[in-house]
Amino acid sequence: MRETPPPTADAVVIGGGIVGACCADALSAAGLRVAIVERHGLAGGTTAAGEGNILVSDKELGPELELALLSNRLWTELGEELQAAAVAPTAGPADAAAADIELEAKGGLMVAMTDAGHDAITTLAVQQRAAGVVAEPIDAAAAAELEPHLTPGLVGAMHYPQDQQVQPVKASAAVLRRARGRGASLHPHTPVTGITRGRDGRVTGVVTRRGAISTGVVVNAAGVWSRQLAAMAGADLPIAPRRGQILVTEPLPLLVHRKVYDADYVGTVGAADPTAAAISSVIEGTRAGTILIGSSRELVGLDRRSNLPLLARMAARAMELFPVLADVHLLRTYLGFRPYSPDHLPIIGEDGEVAGLFHATGHEGAGIGLAPATGALLASLVTATTPPLDPARFAADRASLHRAAADAEPVDA
Amino acid sequence: MRESAADGPRRPPPDGLRVPPPAGPSRGAAFTFRFDGRQITAYPGETIGAALLAAGIRRLRTTRFAGTPRGLLCGIGSCFDCLVTVDGRGSQRACLTPAIPDAEVEVQDVPRAT
Ligand SMILES: Cc1cc2nc3c(=O)[nH]c(=O)nc-3n(C[C@H](O)[C@H](O)[C@H](O)COP(=O)(O)OP(=O)(O)OC[C@H]3O[C@@H](n4cnc5c(N)ncnc54)[C@H](O)[C@@H]3O)c2cc1C
Ligand code: FES
Repeated sequence: MRETPPPTADAVVIGGGIVGACCADALSAAGLRVAIVERHGLAGGTTAAGEGNILVSDKELGPELELALLSNRLWTELGEELQAAAVAPTAGPADAAAADIELEAKGGLMVAMTDAGHDAITTLAVQQRAAGVVAEPIDAAAAAELEPHLTPGLVGAMHYPQDQQVQPVKASAAVLRRARGRGASLHPHTPVTGITRGRDGRVTGVVTRRGAISTGVVVNAAGVWSRQLAAMAGADLPIAPRRGQILVTEPLPLLVHRKVYDADYVGTVGAADPTAAAISSVIEGTRAGTILIGSSRELVGLDRRSNLPLLARMAARAMELFPVLADVHLLRTYLGFRPYSPDHLPIIGEDGEVAGLFHATGHEGAGIGLAPATGALLASLVTATTPPLDPARFAADRASLHRAAADAEPVDA
Repeated sequence: MRESAADGPRRPPPDGLRVPPPAGPSRGAAFTFRFDGRQITAYPGETIGAALLAAGIRRLRTTRFAGTPRGLLCGIGSCFDCLVTVDGRGSQRACLTPAIPDAEVEVQDVPRAT
């Protein structure tokens, strides 16, 4: 797969994570000759640390939710297409492997242990329903039927049947494979060291350790590193790493059937003080039998040392929700860095100052879920075709982004 | 520590695969526990994994999906390959769990929540 980068391309996508994969796929589908350049191995950045939640239940009402609803549909379509390809008469073992992305429409359960939490999710659900989200209120008894191991001390819950789950690395591989089938070339272990611009300021190409590629379209999908990539073209992007830790249990029989979230999960994502360390419980089983207990949020740069007190808080909260976990071993913990944007919306579109430089980044803790819609939107902006939704709120030069950035003084990536 | 030629002809090991103790304190009094119905000899301070290994048993379980054998891998509690059920308690690491007299150790081919 380590092909020498081509001398020219219609578009160069920087970053082989889920966002870069989906952008390359959508651009290739639109007929462009795309080269994907990735500094390390494919899907080894933040994408490899993601839990794989594809949620509509936790999205802020408005543009983020619209993007999430579109993305949710696109994930379902991708899953169906992969399944169909796997059983087609011409299918081979590679098709079967590609279909195994562990996509499951298992639904989510937002559980409230306090009256205040219950009131909050009840109010939120009214607005969510108006925006097209299926949100079914259920009482403690019904919740116990859906999740027999949940604590009996619940006030109530909200069921979100549209919430899905996927294995992010397998999904990236499947999307990259599709992009490749559509003519894209993949270049892992090819770090970008520069972005060149012409006299008129337009992007003219990228310089990599393995050769230069001339192109008029550069897509910056470098996640937490997208700020550095933007800087190579003389642009500024206020992206900072927001660290997240996850606990992984030993393989277990099926104890947790859906995704289970604490009612205060929604609150933490857009917490008033983003610099304060926070946890929000998301508990889910995986096909391997392990249970993932997430997650924490901290703005501490790219520090890879784990924060044990935060991990202990996550474990304690998980045991409150699922008392059965008290006797379960933890296999390991891991951490990753979410590409945090100061106004909590991804950046999708052309740079405000550098023509030909497009960004697809800043998805924070939702980049897996939002990737397919991001690719679709980005491709429509590059090819100047009708966008699937209003791109204005995701624009790189939106005022809220730079104002919030000035206030928050983001940690340097 | 292999027996050297100077120790004379190879004898069947009197004490399973255990390394002969150096001169000094003895291993203490042997006791037994059961693994998969078999009587296994152990000495005070040994883990279940150590005693099973000394008895020549390397296969502790098989994997759920592919049915391939698993036993001691890291030996220090990190890999969770050596899981067994001990006195009804599931998913115990054989390499860390001390052997105790009359324990009932079972093969665990399906994960259990304790
Ligand atoms: C603990 C945790 C849990 C999460 N859970 C979820 C979840 O459940 N659902 C969800 O939707 N999201 C989740 N996320 C967020 C999600 O993982 C990210 O939003 C998403 O992976 C971002 O994808 P990306 O492609 O933008 O970034 P990345 O996957 O980081 O890809 C960027 C790539 O750019 C490459 N790169 C950097 N510099 C260069 C260069 N100079 N040249 C070439 N390549 C370069 C990097 O090597 C990297 O591979 C979670 C994140 C964390 C940390
Ligand atoms: S052998 Fe690795 S945990 Fe026991």
